[in-house]
Amino acid sequence: MGLRDVAAISGIGETSYRRGEAQGSSLSLTLQASLAAIADAGLYPRDIDGVIPIASGAVVAEDFITNFGIPDLRFSATTPMGGASPVAAIQCAAAAIAAGICRHVLLPIGRTGYSGARISTRVHQMPQFRVVGEFEMPLGGIAPAQLYAPMARRHMELYGTTSRQLAEIAVSTRNHAILNGNAAMTKPITIDDHQDSRMISDPLRLLDCSLESDGGAAVVISAADAARDMRRPRVLISGMAEGHPDSPSVITQRPELTRLGIAKAAPRAFAMAGVTHADIDVAEIYDCFTYIVLCQLEDLGFCAKGEGGAFVEGGALGLGGRLPVNTHGGLLSQAHMAGMNHIVELVRQLRGDGGAAQVAGAEIGLVTGYGDMGDGSIAIMRRG
Amino acid sequence: MSAAIERPRAEPSPDTQPYWDGLARGEILLQRCAECGKFRHYPRPMCDGCFSFTHTWVAASGAATVHSWTVTHHPFHPFFRAKLPYALVTADLPEGVRVLAPLDGVDPATLRIGLKLRLGVDAEGLPVLRGAE
Ligand SMILES: [Zn+2]
Repeated sequence: MGLRDVAAISGIGETSYRRGEAQGSSLSLTLQASLAAIADAGLYPRDIDGVIPIASGAVVAEDFITNFGIPDLRFSATTPMGGASPVAAIQCAAAAIAAGICRHVLLPIGRTGYSGARISTRVHQMPQFRVVGEFEMPLGGIAPAQLYAPMARRHMELYGTTSRQLAEIAVSTRNHAILNGNAAMTKPITIDDHQDSRMISDPLRLLDCSLESDGGAAVVISAADAARDMRRPRVLISGMAEGHPDSPSVITQRPELTRLGIAKAAPRAFAMAGVTHADIDVAEIYDCFTYIVLCQLEDLGFCAKGEGGAFVEGGALGLGGRLPVNTHGGLLSQAHMAGMNHIVELVRQLRGDGGAAQVAGAEIGLVTGYGDMGDGSIAIMRRG
Repeated sequence: MSAAIERPRAEPSPDTQPYWDGLARGEILLQRCAECGKFRHYPRPMCDGCFSFTHTWVAASGAATVHSWTVTHHPFHPFFRAKLPYALVTADLPEGVRVLAPLDGVDPATLRIGLKLRLGVDAEGLPVLRGAE
C-alpha cells in the first residue's frame, strides 16, 4: 500500500566525523560522501539519475551533473525542512521511483559546522525562519536551543519530566558513540556530568545540545527490484511520511507546545509499513536536543504523552534496553549531519554491520527527522 | 574604535509595519479579522478562519498569563551578552493569541504556568512582561 517496499537503500557513505579529520568545503565533503555511497551501492557516479541535495543551500543538483558527469539527470528536488529534510527526502525519492521517473536517487549532505560559520546562529538566513527573525530575534530569541527550551520547560511543568531524565538520553547516546569509532565525542559521561554541564538555555544544558560538525554523509535510494541484485543487501523502505505541526513557523503560537509534526506522520508510516511498535528493533531518532528525542518517543506512540521521562529511565535506550536508540551516537555525540547519519546507521544495523553497537537480530527499524521548529519525518525500514 | 554592537533587527514588511509603528507609540497591536473577528499574531495578511484580507489593529489589553519560558545563559548574540542571564516568557493573552517577551522585574524562579503577568512596551519600544502587581 502506498509506497511500501517500492524503493530500497542500496548504498551508504560517510566521511570521518572525528574532529579535524574531514577536510574540504561543504561541496567537497558532500561529494566525498556521495562517492562513498555510490561505490557502496556498486554503481558508477553516472548511474545516478536523481538527486535531492540536503539543506545546505550551497550545493545544488547541478553540482552533481558537473562533478559526476551525469549524462541525463531526470529528477531533482529539495525538501526544505531543516533537520527533517533527509528523512523527508526518502519519501520524495521513493515517490519519484514509484512514478518511474528515475532509478537511483542520491541524498547527499556535507557541512562545515565546526570549522565554518556555526549553523545554530545562522538559521535566520533560512526563509522558514522569517517570522522568528522579525519578531523574536530582536527580543533575544536567537538560537534553536532558546526557541525549543520552552517546549521542554512546559513538558516538565505539565508532566514532571526532569533534567536527569533528559540526561539518560545524553548518556546512552554517548555510550553508543564510543562504540561506533567514527564519532566526534569519545569520552564517557554520566548523569552527574550532564547535571554539572553549564546551562545554555534553561532547562537545556550543554550536554542536552547536539554538536556542530564537519563532514559529509549520503545514501543511494534505488528501485527495489534493481536493489535486489546490487553490491550490498538491500534495505527496503516500507513506510514513510512527513508531518508538520500546527503553527509550523513559530513555536510561540503553537496550540500544543509538546506536540511535534511527527505525531501526524507516524501513524501514516506505521500503517504503510504494516508494522507495530513492538516490531521495531532499533530506532534512530533525530536528536538535536535530548528533549526532542523524548518528545518524539511520545509522538511516535512508543508511550503516551507525558510518559517519555519514565520511558527513557534506567538505560532503556541503550543496547539491550527496551528500545535501542541512536546506536551511532546521534547528533549529540557522533556528528551533526542533519540526520543523514541516522539513515546511514539504520541501514548499517539492518544489514548487520553495526559493529560493536549492533542490535542483535535487528530486522525492522525506524529513523526520524525533526527540524524547522517542529517539522517531522519518518521512515520504517526492513532487511530486504 | 569599534562600532557598538546593535540589537538584531529584521526589515518589516508592509504586512507587519503597523505592528512596529504601534510599538513605537507604546502599544502592542494585534490583528483582528474585520470579517469574523478572529485575532491573529504575529501579523500576516490573511485570516486563517475565513480567508479575509481585511483586518483592524487592536491594542492588547495587557493581561497575560505564563504559558512557558526559558532562561538563557549562553551568549548566542553579542548584543545580549551583557543581559545574561535573561528570561524569555511565552504568555497567553485573553484575546486568544500568545506572545513572547523578555521578563522584567520578576524572579524567573517564581514562574509557573498560569502566573499572571502584565504585557507592556519597554523604553526601547519592544514588548516586555512585568509583574501583574
Ligand atoms: Zn476571519
